[in-house]
Amino acid sequence: MHEYSIVQALYDSIVAQAATRGAATVHAVRVRIGELSGVDPGLLETAWRTFKVHTICEDARMTLELVPARWVCRRCGRPAPVRGIRRCAEC
Amino acid sequence: MCDSCGCGDTQLVPVDVQQRILSENERGAAHNRHHFVDRGLLAINVMGSPGAGKTALLEATARALQGRRVIGALAGDLATDNDARRLAAACIRAESITTGSACHLDASMVHHALHHLPWHDLDYLFIENVGNLVCPAVYDLGQAANVVVLSVTEGEDKPLKYPVMFHKADLVLISKVDLLPHLPGIRLERIVDSLSQVMPDPHSLAVSSTTGAGIDDWVRWLHEREARMTSAHGTARVAGAAGPSHHSHPPGVHPHHG
Repeated sequence: MHEYSIVQALYDSIVAQAATRGAATVHAVRVRIGELSGVDPGLLETAWRTFKVHTICEDARMTLELVPARWVCRRCGRPAPVRGIRRCAEC
Repeated sequence: MCDSCGCGDTQLVPVDVQQRILSENERGAAHNRHHFVDRGLLAINVMGSPGAGKTALLEATARALQGRRVIGALAGDLATDNDARRLAAACIRAESITTGSACHLDASMVHHALHHLPWHDLDYLFIENVGNLVCPAVYDLGQAANVVVLSVTEGEDKPLKYPVMFHKADLVLISKVDLLPHLPGIRLERIVDSLSQVMPDPHSLAVSSTTGAGIDDWVRWLHEREARMTSAHGTARVAGAAGPSHHSHPPGVHPHHG
């Protein structure tokens, strides 16, 4: 459950951005998550909802964009559809 | 003006940050890595489930390297300094990192702990991560390599169930192989096969910290990594690679960056 420390790092970077730009409120946060990042989207959202209370992000809704991993077999160059498994079905 | 949701609110300013969320940790890891490379210290991030045999492996490693290399360790756990005491008893210069409730180590925890360890005298530094097959894989600590300890008692398909950590592993040590005769349902080749499905560049060694089986191979792997780092570092020196601003401070003494 490392999503809380991910959210902490995200929050720190948002606060830094807000300070730089003199923002009073954060309305929305959009985050891209790679499939192999080891971050669970559901847990990240839960952590965000817990974390943002009484902060500049209190009213900010989080939108997650999931970026799928693409696999290509090293031997034959074919794209491999298998998620997380690095072995080509053809080879 | 907001042009992202269509509301047209002039007070809203969309900001495209394009920054990795863990960029602060990555900065810290780069800082640690510079220290390690600068001192010619081979730093290994040792990960694996609780009970996989990480501490026992380091004890066996210390026995094998006795008199040949000076080794140190940072032992991460939620509570107690039991592992650091075990490692110290095995002649490893060890410091514990108690994380409280955190399920992983990050670069700043390692950096802080290094201030309590005479790491500049070491040849090898093992960072024994918190026992956990998921979270530690997400955080770069500045290590030269990731090693995952996977015990035969954990089952043949653990790498398939927990692929994230094995994606990041440079080497997997399949531990407790002395127990295989007592585990009729577990076959070593099936574990190796699982690893070959999830590791981008599959390398594994079968070891037993109890009998010492495979420990020589593991030590040879360490020496190879050390040689690779030394030659790469030599090149960097010739090229006059620029270091952080505190380069000239004595080892372990430098200003903190937050």
